[in-house]
Amino acid sequence: MKTPEERLNHFNACIESEVKIEPKDWMPDEYRKTMIRQLSQHAHSEVIGMQPEGNWVLRAPSLRAKKILLAKIQDEGGHGLYLYSAAETLGISRDEMIEQLHSGKAKYSSIFNYPALTWADIGAIGWLVDGAAIVNQISLQRTSYGPYSRAMVRICKEESFHQRQGYEIMTTMMNGTAEQKEMAQDAMNRWWWPSLMMFGPPDNESAHTKQSMQWKIKRESNDVLRQRFIDKTVDQAHFIGLTVPDKNMKFNESTQQYEISPIDWEEFKQVISGNGPCNHKRLSHHIKVHKQGKWVREAALAFSKNQQKNKATLFTN
Amino acid sequence: MNTKKALYNYCLRLADNNLIAGQRLAEWCSNGPILEEDLAMTNFALDYLGQAEFHYNYAAELEGKNRSGDEIAFTRSERQYFNCLLLEQPNGDFAQSMMKIFLYSAFAKLLLGALTHSQDERLAALATKGIKEIKYHFRHSSECIIRFGNGTEESQHRSQFALNEIWPYTADLFEMNDTDQALISLGIAVDLNSLHTSWLLSVNEILNAANLSVIHNQHMYKGGYKGNHTEHLGHLLCEMQYLQRAHPGAIW
Ligand SMILES: [Fe+2]
Ligand SMILES: [Fe+2]
Ligand SMILES: [Fe+2]
Repeated sequence: MKTPEERLNHFNACIESEVKIEPKDWMPDEYRKTMIRQLSQHAHSEVIGMQPEGNWVLRAPSLRAKKILLAKIQDEGGHGLYLYSAAETLGISRDEMIEQLHSGKAKYSSIFNYPALTWADIGAIGWLVDGAAIVNQISLQRTSYGPYSRAMVRICKEESFHQRQGYEIMTTMMNGTAEQKEMAQDAMNRWWWPSLMMFGPPDNESAHTKQSMQWKIKRESNDVLRQRFIDKTVDQAHFIGLTVPDKNMKFNESTQQYEISPIDWEEFKQVISGNGPCNHKRLSHHIKVHKQGKWVREAALAFSKNQQKNKATLFTN
Repeated sequence: MNTKKALYNYCLRLADNNLIAGQRLAEWCSNGPILEEDLAMTNFALDYLGQAEFHYNYAAELEGKNRSGDEIAFTRSERQYFNCLLLEQPNGDFAQSMMKIFLYSAFAKLLLGALTHSQDERLAALATKGIKEIKYHFRHSSECIIRFGNGTEESQHRSQFALNEIWPYTADLFEMNDTDQALISLGIAVDLNSLHTSWLLSVNEILNAANLSVIHNQHMYKGGYKGNHTEHLGHLLCEMQYLQRAHPGAIW
């Protein structure tokens, strides 16, 4: 048996030398809590994110588009399942996580509190939202918790498809009719700033960043990741004729980076604290569907119990 | 009816069945009772939509008017759709949706099985491609129905109610018209009467295992293959066709 001090030293040495922390390893309570919070938040985000995109499945404009969108949403649901399992390795059940989502204790990414108003939003979500997610998730492939790191490796492959498909929608629309171009630009205008906010508050105000960086849960800071996303995305926008909705954005020749205008963090705070356009709708939808499905889950449970009983009587007879 | 026109109609019927099945199942997206079942339903939707795409593209070739498969899929009116009535019925609760897939896939499995021997090579090839998926839908939905029938009092009740609601649309699956007559003797289409006994057998086997029973002498609704639909189809099309109708000729 190791003393508490030895255990902590061992944990720190693992972090230090880039050895992944695995479910059976000892870890500080705070590390476990942080990991559960982040994994469940990530899992819930994948699942809640199915709603805005699901909003367009029935109206997708071609069979191909319908199939691609449906497959994408399925991928997201699959990511949700995968991340719920990763969180369960830390000693919390999926039911508990869903309960925490419904009570408001667990969060999901604020980006999904914005509405998907036109078909172009499906393009913008794939391109910008999945695009921002990838930048974050590539960085998380090196996160210190083993199951999370492996989940990210697997998930990133699919996310890059999503981003390409979203960009393809935007490209097609920008090559289309005047109305289609207008829709695409409008979607760009609405999704640009929220997707920049996805990386979280600026480094000097981020509540969790410091400890998470020490534990190597988080590998790069919010601002670094945000800038990386901006630099790759602005060029993509210009390439298909979209305007970035930021009149004062400039390209800095010496740093080779785009410098954007200040982000409206007040909007971010509002959406985080429940006052976004769709906060209530997203959560109440999840709660409603979960309640409606209760009898299905109960039936499955009752059925397997009955089966076991039948087997038992088979043996006693 | 000449053979080509009949084949086009027949192909549309297969395509429309797949599309309407896919569209209804896709409604379960982010509405499933548990994430796994949400994904299963939309997975089935994807299977049907994939099959629909093949059939529409074939129909477009047969028509020879330079229309794309998408134009045929998205720009016809209610009376020009040849899908069966069962598939256009609203989803209802999870038991009703499952009952629809169960009763339909039991039928489609036999139909595609027979179509693999069609004299029309394209139809035969598409049937061979599709049947694996349909068999899986049948297996999954059968297991669900058995679970519901032997689960809780509520699930028993809901699945019996579902059966009562859906059963009256099952005779329509086997209703033939001029299109069938023109193609059966050529060995292209399947005589649907020849599938009925096997269908009843496989359906009854599962319903018995689920302790569910069919109410006999219900009024049976018919007309889907002739374009005589229930009121539900128009609403489904309204939603599905919105972008194609609002932006004629646009490419997406
Ligand atoms: Fe994601
Ligand atoms: Fe995802
Ligand atoms: Fe994604």
